[in-house]
Amino acid sequence: MNKKTKNRKKYLSAIYILWMLLFTILPLCLVVYFSLTSKDGNFSFENLKNIGEYTPVFLSSIKLSAISTIICLLLGYPFAYIISKVKASKQVIFMIFIMLPMWINFLLRTYAWMTLLENNGIINKFFSLFGIGPFHMINTQGAVVLGMVYNFLPYMIIPIFNVITKIDKSVVEAAQDLGANNVHVMGRIIIPLSMPGIVSGITMVFVPAVSTFIISTMLGGGSNMMIGDLIELQFLGGSYDPNLGSALSLVLMVLILISMGIMNEFDDGEGDSMVL
Amino acid sequence: MKKIISVLLLALCLTSLFSVSIHAETPEINVYNWGEYIPDGTDGFIDLNEEFTKKTGIRVNYTTFQSNEEMYAKLSGGGVSYDLVFPSDYMISKMISHDMLEKINFDNIPNYKNIRDEFKNLEYDPQNEYSVPFTGGTVGIIYNKKLIKPETDLNTWDVLWNEDYKGQILMFSNSRDAFACAFSKLGYSLNTTDEKEWIEAAEELKKQRPLVQSYAMDQIMDKMIAGEAALAPYYAGDALICMSENEDLDFIIPDNAVFNRFVDAMCILKGSKHQKEAEAYINFILEPEIGEQISSYLGYTTVNKESYKLLDEEMRNSPISYPDENKLKNAEVFVALPESIDALQQELWTSIRADNSGSVWSIVLVIGAFALVWAAIAFYKRVIKRKKFK
Repeated sequence: MNKKTKNRKKYLSAIYILWMLLFTILPLCLVVYFSLTSKDGNFSFENLKNIGEYTPVFLSSIKLSAISTIICLLLGYPFAYIISKVKASKQVIFMIFIMLPMWINFLLRTYAWMTLLENNGIINKFFSLFGIGPFHMINTQGAVVLGMVYNFLPYMIIPIFNVITKIDKSVVEAAQDLGANNVHVMGRIIIPLSMPGIVSGITMVFVPAVSTFIISTMLGGGSNMMIGDLIELQFLGGSYDPNLGSALSLVLMVLILISMGIMNEFDDGEGDSMVL
Repeated sequence: MKKIISVLLLALCLTSLFSVSIHAETPEINVYNWGEYIPDGTDGFIDLNEEFTKKTGIRVNYTTFQSNEEMYAKLSGGGVSYDLVFPSDYMISKMISHDMLEKINFDNIPNYKNIRDEFKNLEYDPQNEYSVPFTGGTVGIIYNKKLIKPETDLNTWDVLWNEDYKGQILMFSNSRDAFACAFSKLGYSLNTTDEKEWIEAAEELKKQRPLVQSYAMDQIMDKMIAGEAALAPYYAGDALICMSENEDLDFIIPDNAVFNRFVDAMCILKGSKHQKEAEAYINFILEPEIGEQISSYLGYTTVNKESYKLLDEEMRNSPISYPDENKLKNAEVFVALPESIDALQQELWTSIRADNSGSVWSIVLVIGAFALVWAAIAFYKRVIKRKKFK
């Protein structure tokens, strides 16, 4: 009997292993292979050497996505804390409102922001009723950050919310009994105990933000190119160069891995917050 | 027994995943075309694909692309099975030289006789074996009269580099078309094979980047109609559509400068399983009435002399769709570039679009800095832990 269930488990996991081999490991190997070969298929470090030129693009992507992540955290943490404090029936409503925009494809949502932010867009038209404006909003770095915050905010709120609701109330009560005021409870109890949620929230926002494309193309205009756009340009854009594109992706992956390593240091090994 | 059933089920699942062509009996074709390039039943035009299916019973699986380069990348990447594609002139010759196209059997396309002579045997397919023209057109500059200052001289390609319109210029995101604008400005041939001239054009485009609001293709239309930008290089046919939506817009092909005249044509891909059906589709498109619908819908120059007769008066006399011969003398059709120039173009295009002022060491520095932060934090934590245990 025991052996049988063991075997069954083996068969079941075989499917997933096969899946991962085919669609995760193999593509990764291909990325490494392409980034280490030249166009005619010979081994070369040329691509890796060339990506150095695009360091400014890497830096601006990291900068914009770091700013977005910080804003998401500043907006998301209080929000998650507040909804964790309301009645369960109200929590459901709040959660639906967070999730609602995610039912619509993010391309369409970004497109909608375009019409809102344009010089003749809805926001400027509204302001012009009062004789203010027009404000120049689209095609700026601010618009890119706005687009990313809007799209990725739920990924910050949900993990933090999940962790905060699981904090044992008696811990908070114990602290209060021992004379801790609200600031102390927040700083010494709630925030440290919600660290796993914060870490996974930051990871879940930063990783997609740093590799995003389209958002920057649509809201950032011609001069705010991000690393995702640069990679897209190598595959579907005007410069077909899968080798350089792979090399760019490889370096991006290394940077993301290191960032996740850094984030995991803040998580004291309590939660399962490592998101790969 | 259970095991057998589950294995069978699994096998069934997997096969259904990979075999899309279960309905092989109903004839179908896979068409890969530019976005917004056939009448689709809106604005009182016919729905071309539906009409075709009604007439022939052949189902059309229709997919679109935004640029020749995107299409080429998809096709050369493999894993797709289109039958009919609509590349432009230079891309056709590139695809011919890469043996990606099938020779067309013109016996199945009796309507080929409707094609205007000036669209036969063009440079990209001199023997006329692989392609049937779909539409033609020219590239000029579309501009918004309200946003242009009166002192601006629009009759020159320099206007796309005019500092007064910083952030108000849209530019092609397709490298070949973007380079063509620079060549028009510099007065070089659009098909030059001189590396120096390409590098010079790239310098021009780099200079232009700070002025460009965004690089786009189909979105140029939306943005120009919405009045979001002052000027953009654009295709004559699409410009006509914009002008009918927003009367502040106008279109100009600057005098005394080379400009691009293009032909988009229909080609059958090598290895197509539905060649007959694809030829039926081509023949259908060359019907005079269908051709009239396409040209009226697109505003592009028709390649079909019978369709031309059916167009309304205004359209036939439009200098934008049918520029006079004096103007056309400066027109150039793109031809395929030699491999080395093509590679140079792609390389230059990346450097135009992205800030490439970094060096090998700067990226090493960035990665190093990241790793250092990690190491520092990890080390700091170890130290604290040790202190705690003491």
